[in-house]
Amino acid sequence: MVERADDSRQLPGPLPQHLLRDLAPQVLGVVVRRYRDFAACEDAVQEALIAAAEQWPRDGLPDNPRAWLIHVAVRRLTDAVRAETARRHREELTVSLVPPDEQIALGADSAGTNERDDTLDLLFMCCHPALSPASAIALTLRAVGGLTTAEIAKAFMVPEATMAQRISRAKQTIEAAGRQFEMPAGDALAARLGAVSHVLYLIFSEGYAASTWPELIRTDLSSEAIRLTRMLHGLVPDDPEVTGLLALMLLTDARRAARTGPAGEIVPLDQQDRALWNRQAIAEGVELVSETLPRSLIGPYQVQAAIAAVHDEAPTAGETDWAQILALYGLLRRLSDNPVVALNEAVAAAMVHGPAVGLERLDALTVDPRLAHHHRLDAVRGHLLERAGDRAGAVACYRRAADRTTSVAERDYLLLQAARLDEPP
Amino acid sequence: MKYMLMMNHPGTGAYQVMSWPQEDLRRHIGFMKTFAKKLAAAGELVMAEGLATPDQAKLIRAGKDGQPATEGVFPESKEFLVGFWIVDVETPARAYAIAAEASAAPGKGGEQMSIPIEVRQVMSAPPIEP
Repeated sequence: MVERADDSRQLPGPLPQHLLRDLAPQVLGVVVRRYRDFAACEDAVQEALIAAAEQWPRDGLPDNPRAWLIHVAVRRLTDAVRAETARRHREELTVSLVPPDEQIALGADSAGTNERDDTLDLLFMCCHPALSPASAIALTLRAVGGLTTAEIAKAFMVPEATMAQRISRAKQTIEAAGRQFEMPAGDALAARLGAVSHVLYLIFSEGYAASTWPELIRTDLSSEAIRLTRMLHGLVPDDPEVTGLLALMLLTDARRAARTGPAGEIVPLDQQDRALWNRQAIAEGVELVSETLPRSLIGPYQVQAAIAAVHDEAPTAGETDWAQILALYGLLRRLSDNPVVALNEAVAAAMVHGPAVGLERLDALTVDPRLAHHHRLDAVRGHLLERAGDRAGAVACYRRAADRTTSVAERDYLLLQAARLDEPP
Repeated sequence: MKYMLMMNHPGTGAYQVMSWPQEDLRRHIGFMKTFAKKLAAAGELVMAEGLATPDQAKLIRAGKDGQPATEGVFPESKEFLVGFWIVDVETPARAYAIAAEASAAPGKGGEQMSIPIEVRQVMSAPPIEP
């Protein structure tokens, strides 16, 4: 038996991609469930992951990597508890400790039964409503994504000490808010899933926008968001909005290779080389969104995914089914009070009914204080004026938008649009 | 040793680049991107940021109650900061060389701009006592 177990070990070498990060939330979920002290458990699991990253490539994979990580994390945790307890009240030691080895045997063999709830619970905790979005993002990437603090700091271009402090304060906030040990149900479950989806969406957007330069040193947050959303979808396969979110990410990320030109400049959707789009991701996204639409209440992520699917399925920009997109934006606007949605709807209206109709809709939107000084309003107006043949008006709008945007890539793009129109045709 | 390289722009009127022809813009943008990539690849780049235009800037002071008090729009100044790099280099001469390279960015008609770059040393921790 022992020999057989040894034979089943993989040979030393590089670890399978994402192995440690896939295991991270499962391991942390088990350890937190048992020991409750989230902050201490999270630190212990990070240490176990670092130990594994050092030892596994050298010694080969253990028979049960998950059990190995739980074992090491629990040892670190009890060592930490012992040290802490010894420092404070040595006499209280006996009541606070659970014999770790008994616990480990149980944890390793009970895989599957509570794993789903453990990981979900962990996601709910990291995306706790008491946390600011920035804190929830950092904590989710570390505790669920298994990224190191250094990697997260690099992705957001802040010093590592700043990110470490943000994560540590997030953990304190969660402790203070008190955590729930029962799985929420019904509307409460939907609300918590909504909070998690929002955090995952923000991680995806951050990677997608990559608005700060130089882009080359950023961790790939979009791929990480897709990986985590895929995991969430695996946990709640019947939730239509989580399915919609995964579809939206896949359908958007599918255009990644075509989104930027050789110098890193933005290439707008209608000018992208569609041969560069990732057909496999599009097929998967379309399948996911088609699966949810007929059998569920329509939610914002599903509608956005449906819009992305219409774009992705058009063989050329000219063949885009704008009427369908316009209808979907109308639906989306009734679901969310986001002025940018109304802005996009105006673009779709212009594509269907001509630029004059689009410009009329924009005029109606300028009264919204959230949009009045927003660079997107000027950018869209510039685009519609150009389509309407008003070159001078378009140039002025593009330049005003360039002046207001806080994204370097977008500013470059808008300046180039203005310069293009300003030159004699 | 770390240096901050600050790129300034004359305070009068809109950004010069606003009125450039497409080709000149492309050349300038391409230059800046390549420049940042080269610094990063050489292991000399600590950070680089471009700043939003100064018409969105505010000048803030603490009021008597300690709350932020603003004088509204950023006051007229001779020049304003448009972006900066922080580099980690072996010698001051290397920081000056990097600054000169940034300063030589191509401008209108592809001509060298000679943008003024202010080079300031970033303070560091005190030396370790023997």
